[in-house]
This record gives sequence, C-alpha cells and structure tokens, in this order.
Amino acid sequence: MRILVMIVMLIAVAGSAMAQEGRLLYERYCVQCHGVEGTGKGINAPHMSVFPRDHTDRTEMMGRSDEELFRVIRNGGASINQSVLMPAWSHNLDDDQIHVLVRYLRELCCEEP
Amino acid sequence: MSTARWLFIGALLVLGAPAGADDSPRYFKGGAGTDVAAFVKENCLACHAVKPGDGASHSPAIRAELGPPLYYAGDKYREEWLLEWLQAPERIRPAGYYPPTHVRATPEGDVIDEASLVNHPVLDAKLAEEVARYLMTLTPYADRLAEEDYEPSTVPLRMARLDFRRFKGCVACHQDVKGEGGVSGPELYSAWSRLQPEFIVSFVRSPGQWNPGTMMPVLEMNDAAIHRLANYLKTIAEE
Ligand code: HEC
Ligand code: HEC
Ligand code: HEC
Repeated sequence: MRILVMIVMLIAVAGSAMAQEGRLLYERYCVQCHGVEGTGKGINAPHMSVFPRDHTDRTEMMGRSDEELFRVIRNGGASINQSVLMPAWSHNLDDDQIHVLVRYLRELCCEEP
Repeated sequence: MSTARWLFIGALLVLGAPAGADDSPRYFKGGAGTDVAAFVKENCLACHAVKPGDGASHSPAIRAELGPPLYYAGDKYREEWLLEWLQAPERIRPAGYYPPTHVRATPEGDVIDEASLVNHPVLDAKLAEEVARYLMTLTPYADRLAEEDYEPSTVPLRMARLDFRRFKGCVACHQDVKGEGGVSGPELYSAWSRLQPEFIVSFVRSPGQWNPGTMMPVLEMNDAAIHRLANYLKTIAEE
C-alpha cells in the first residue's frame, strides 16, 4: 500500500515537472506569436498576414491528433500546406521537448485548470 | 543612524530599483590606465552572457535584464557601430532580449511593458573606443566566418521585400522598415550597419550554433536564398 502511494506521488510530481517544462518551452518559443495566454494574440500577431492559431480553442484543437500537432511543431506550417509564418522548430527543440509541448497544448485547450 | 540600518536601506534601494525602472542610465567615463577587461567584467557581464548557454537558468527577474551574449562580439558586430552605440545606445529589440519577461496579456492582445525594458549604460567617447576595441578581440568563432563564401550585392527591392515578408516569413518577428514587422526579434533595418555580413549569413543558417537556446528558428533554405536575404538587408540599408 505504502509503495503504491509513493508511486502515485512520484507520477504526480513527474507530471507537474513536465507541465512546468511545457510552460517554459511555450513561453520561450511560442508566446511571441501565440500569446501569453495561448489565444493567438502575441506581440507579433498584429504584424502578421495570417493569425497564429488560438490554442485555447477547444473545437479547433480537438480536430487535431497529437501526432498532427507534433508534426506541425516539428516541421512547420508549410509542411501541412499552412502558413510559413508558423516556423519549423526541429532545429531548436528535440523530439522529447516537442512531445512535452504537445502535452502542454492539450492542457491549454482542453483541460480545466 | 547605525551602519546596519544604512546597509538595510541600501539593500532596499538596490532590490527595489531594477535597472529597467530608473530613467537615468548609468554613465561611465574612461580614464588613463583603465583596465578594459576588468571594467567589462565588473560592469557588463551581469547582463551579458560570457559562455554558451549562460543565462538560460536565471530567474525571471534577472532574465528581464539580460542582453545578448558578448563573448563572440568580435565575430558579430562592426567596430564603427559598437563605438557609436555604446555612447548613445538605442533600443534594437522592441520587446527586449527575452520578450516573455516584458509582455503582458490584455483583452485586445499582448502588449509590451515599456517601463520594464533596460535603460542601457552609456560610455563616454574614450571608454567606448577602448571597450569597442576590446570587444572586437572576442572572436571564438572566426573559423566559421572564414568558411562563408558570400559576395554582398544589392538586389531589386520589391522582389526581395516580398521574399523577406511573404515567402520566408521573417517579418513575423523582425521589422525591415521602422514600425513595420514583428517585435520579438531585433530590428533588421539597421542590421547591415550593425553586423558583419558573414555573421548575418551564418546566423540565419544556424542561429542555435551561435546562441544555444535562441528564439530565432531555422527557416530551412539553401545558401543562395540566405544570400538573397542578406543582400536585402544591405539594399534597405543603402536605400
Ligand atoms: C512566428 C510566429 C509563430 C511562432 C513563433 C509559433 N507559431 Fe504556431 N502558428 C503560427 C501561425 C501564423 C499559425 C497558423 C497557421 C495557419 O493557419 O496557416 C500557427 C499554427 C500553429 C498550430 C496549429 C497548426 C494546425 O494544425 O492547424 C500549432 C499546433 C502551433 N502553431 C504550435 C506552435 C508552437 C508549439 C510554437 C512554439 C514552439 C509555435 N506554434 C510558435 C505562428 C507561429
Ligand atoms: C542592466 C543590464 C545591462 C548592463 C549592465 C549592460 N548591458 Fe548591454 N545590453 C543590455 C540589454 C537588455 C541589451 C539589449 C538592448 C536592445 O536590444 O534594445 C544590451 C545590448 C548591448 C549591446 C548591443 C548589442 C545588441 O545586439 O543588442 C552592446 C554592444 C552592449 N549591450 C554592451 C554592453 C557593455 C559594454 C556593457 C558594460 C558597460 C553593458 N552592455 C552593460 C543589458 C545590459
Ligand atoms: C520566430 C521569430 C523569428 C523569425 C520568424 C525570424 N527571426 Fe531572426 N531573430 C529572432 C530573434 C528572437 C533573434 C535574436 C536572436 C538571438 O539574439 O539569439 C533573431 C536574430 C536575427 C538576426 C541577428 C540580428 C542581431 O542583431 O543579432 C538576423 C540577421 C535575423 N534574425 C534574420 C532573420 C531572417 C532573415 C529571417 C527570415 C528568414 C528571420 N530572422 C526570421 C526571431 C525570428
């Protein structure tokens, strides 16, 4: 029993560390366009011809699989015939970090705080 | 008043006055026998990285003060530009070096908190000359620049602008005309006078190689395309 509790606690701690990492990665690389709140209203947005996606839009975001989100972050908008204004991040982020970001996007769009 | 109390008040003043918040910049004067390396170490390196990856782990309060790395300044800047800028520093990054620490959300969208931006220290002419000369000796990546095979030339403005803005998307983060373009990256209408041509080419190809953790992405393209964009920066500088 005690071991079980410890395992559950460890998972909870690891989970929140991952959420924290996701938040920091999003802050560094994504907030400039997608905004502090993830609603697509970053400081660059007024200067862009295509608006950054609102990552809190549940309906839009549920229309994408984790795999699709992973690919667009890794390879950029052009890879799925969307705007080049969404850059490819594979040179700045490794696959693990991109998975963490996908997880964070799910929190933003679809989970109660 | 007791020394302890003075110390306490002093500490409060220091803690309560981040460099971005007071509006008169610190002013430094040169003098005979200034040890430039020591001066830079003492007065500049709290805000400028001295080695790769430096700064990434700082607290947000310190990150808000940070400027770009200076340890490869000699591979990056033009000496004439340094000399002038150090005497009259003007903002190059509209939202600071690490924008997330200078923006806040409003219902209409994120805005830059101007008051939080660093008011840069100013050097007198003598000191600026010595510091610029010293910074130009910091060239850890000289080999990288020597490998570049780039012949600057001017290009037809309209096509090049379309490329910068529409096809490559640089305008999302950079201004190529004052007041036009994104604000998370440094202004680029002044890039040609600020930066060495080979640095521009090398940095655009692999920004992370220069500055690990950089917020500038790689806009995957071949060298000819990079050279065209560098030529565009030259062309707008000479317009
Ligand atoms: C230079 C601005 C910019 C930055 C920085 C940026 N994005 Fe985007 N992003 C966009 C734009 C513009 C779109 C909308 C593309 C379209 O609709 O054609 C977009 C769309 C997206 C989409 C939706 C794609 C789809 O399937 O519809 C996701 C997911 C996304 N971005 C994630 C991210 C993440 C994660 C980061 C940080 C690593 C990031 N973006 C950084 C501009 C940016
Ligand atoms: C309080 C923090 C702080 C201190 C101290 C400081 N700097 Fe800076 N420095 C910055 C910031 C922030 C920027 C970015 C300014 C901008 O882009 O608008 C910057 C920019 C620069 C630049 C321009 C480079 C570029 O690409 O933006 C140079 C050169 C520079 N600093 C040299 C120095 C020197 C030399 C000293 C010591 C006398 C010094 N700095 C002290 C924060 C500081
Ligand atoms: C997602 C935003 C973003 C996009 C898109 C972007 N940049 Fe940048 N760029 C930056 C940031 C942020 C910096 C500062 C990086 C640093 O100091 O590490 C930068 C730095 C630069 C520099 C060096 C300037 C200096 O003074 O240090 C050049 C040159 C440059 N970018 C050119 C380009 C070009 C050309 C494109 C299009 C192919 C482009 N950038 C696209 C964000 C971006």
